[in-house]
Amino acid sequence: MTAAVGRTATGTGATGTGPGQGTAGLTIETQGLTKRFGHQVAVDGVDLAVPHGSVFGFLGPNGSGKTTTIRMMLGLAAASAGTVSVLGLEMPNRLQEVLPRVGALVEGPAFYPFLSGAANLHRLDAASRHARPATRRTRVGEALERVGLSHAAGKRVHAYSLGMKQRLGIANALLSPRELLVLDEPTNGLDPQGTREVRNLVRSLAADGATVFVSSHLLAEVEQICTHAAIMSTGRLVAQGPLSELRQAGEARIRLLTPDAGTALGVLARLGMTPVAGSPGSDGQVVTATAAEGRSLAGPAAAGDGAVAPEEIVACLVDAGVRVRGFSVERGSLEDRFVALTGEGFDVAQ
Amino acid sequence: MPSSVPGELSNRLRRGRSDGGQSSDGESGAVSGSASTRDRAASSVPLLGSELNVLFRRRRTWAMLLALAAIPVLIAVAVRLSSSVPAGRGPAFLDRIAQNGLFVAVTAMLVSVPLFLPLTVGVVAGDTIAGEASLGTLRYLLVAPAGRVRLLLVKYAGALAFCLAAPVTVALAGAAIGASLFPIGPVTLLSGDVVEPPEAAVRLVLIAAYLAVSLAGLSAIGLFLSTLTVVPVGAMAATVVLSVVSQVLDQLPQLEWLHPWLFSHYWLGFGDLLRQPVLWDSFASNALLQAGYVAVFGALAYGRFVTKDVLS
Repeated sequence: MTAAVGRTATGTGATGTGPGQGTAGLTIETQGLTKRFGHQVAVDGVDLAVPHGSVFGFLGPNGSGKTTTIRMMLGLAAASAGTVSVLGLEMPNRLQEVLPRVGALVEGPAFYPFLSGAANLHRLDAASRHARPATRRTRVGEALERVGLSHAAGKRVHAYSLGMKQRLGIANALLSPRELLVLDEPTNGLDPQGTREVRNLVRSLAADGATVFVSSHLLAEVEQICTHAAIMSTGRLVAQGPLSELRQAGEARIRLLTPDAGTALGVLARLGMTPVAGSPGSDGQVVTATAAEGRSLAGPAAAGDGAVAPEEIVACLVDAGVRVRGFSVERGSLEDRFVALTGEGFDVAQ
Repeated sequence: MPSSVPGELSNRLRRGRSDGGQSSDGESGAVSGSASTRDRAASSVPLLGSELNVLFRRRRTWAMLLALAAIPVLIAVAVRLSSSVPAGRGPAFLDRIAQNGLFVAVTAMLVSVPLFLPLTVGVVAGDTIAGEASLGTLRYLLVAPAGRVRLLLVKYAGALAFCLAAPVTVALAGAAIGASLFPIGPVTLLSGDVVEPPEAAVRLVLIAAYLAVSLAGLSAIGLFLSTLTVVPVGAMAATVVLSVVSQVLDQLPQLEWLHPWLFSHYWLGFGDLLRQPVLWDSFASNALLQAGYVAVFGALAYGRFVTKDVLS
């Protein structure tokens, strides 16, 4: 998984100098963005910074204000306070200049059920006065092709499955060349193949130089395709930054498989770690341990200041006669970080 | 309805205008398509085409037009099957159908004015914005970006197209069934003059146009109500109910001072088009009244829609 993220990062890094913007520029920037519905504060002082050329994961439990933020970004809803700028222009005042360069899938696909897939795309394309009518047919055909819906282009959307509607929604976002794609839950309702295709699509869009803003509550999805992420909780932005930084903020731990759990626990404790013995299996017992408070587990690249290097741990264990049958260092996952920030259980967003 | 009171009307007009002015300034973070007013006319043709396409390819629209077309057919068949129609009973002109088939169209248009035309127009006008909102396509049209003002204008133009299509359908169906079941000949007008069938056909077209104009105000009301809700049926029902209320108020002699302000006041006043020469007075009064309603409710719809949070 780390390798996949690394590849995406290099891919976007190489194409970071897109049209009209420097690498340092922000494609989306919000300052103190707030939305109140009556007494309820749906979005509370959000300062988003989406770097140009990034694949930005916008995470948060259901009801945390993700979609409301996206609606304000796209000028569908007015902010109660704060500002939004998209592609360097202030929204919603410059909406007519911004939106033709933005492809969006907002809160699920929506279409006229009595029109065919292709007719729906024609309709939405005709709504923009910037889309050229002369190339409309070709562009609709290409967009349908890109999401694998060419065979169902003439079918009424009424007869589409949820996954097909989702693809059609993505095709709509791709009708014109876009500098920014805002995809709200793009893999919702898709089967595993469809999910894979969307991931590949996002990567290829990013490789073409577009910034992709993906909102999701599926962490695995974000971990696989994103270079940056932000986490929302009850309307507040609780973390944002490059994915690697967000992950690192979580604790790393070692995982040891050995038949000599008792001895291992002692050795690890002496190294200043907090070991926990797992259940015994056929190959031995699993022991997990995290570094002590104030110290860290050194990664392969950075060792120093009181950090324990993984190879030293193994050496100490072997010296003490512990039979090491398996050893791995587990970086903190985004999920750990996500749960740490947003809480556990169903009542998180209350 | 309070909206029909002249004083209230002008209040609303003022309010509507101040709403509009505020939002076009883009103050208070209002969501507005500021650039949308520029070169609107030139580039709105594809969207209008698309709107008409969606409207007239819908099965519901066809069902309503077919239902309207059924009215003259029913009338013609009923007259044909009965031995004679006693003069002075039933709707006006009914007794003249047997002599001249063109009167089927006139009778059918007269019969459809109080309920059937407002009903179908209410469905179309009430659906304009609320229908898109309930489908969720409103947000996609707006991020396309269609421009809020432009979308509102195109939606209203679509509703007006239906206002024209509905009476024309009744007139065409009436003329067709009348021609096939009854003789067609010179028509005696209300003024006693006799005109040849081609001239009579022109009068039918004029009546259809009169009805289309009559329904413009109701369409504007429907458009405004449609911006208030995401439930299209609610906006449709409210529009139709208002048309009935307006007609009931128009029947109450106690409210005579109010009658000239009711949008349905001139609905049945197309008799002047059946005189020689044509009297345009009621046409002009009607057009002026309808224009007033279009201005007021158009302004209200604008004020509401450009600042509306689209959350559906």
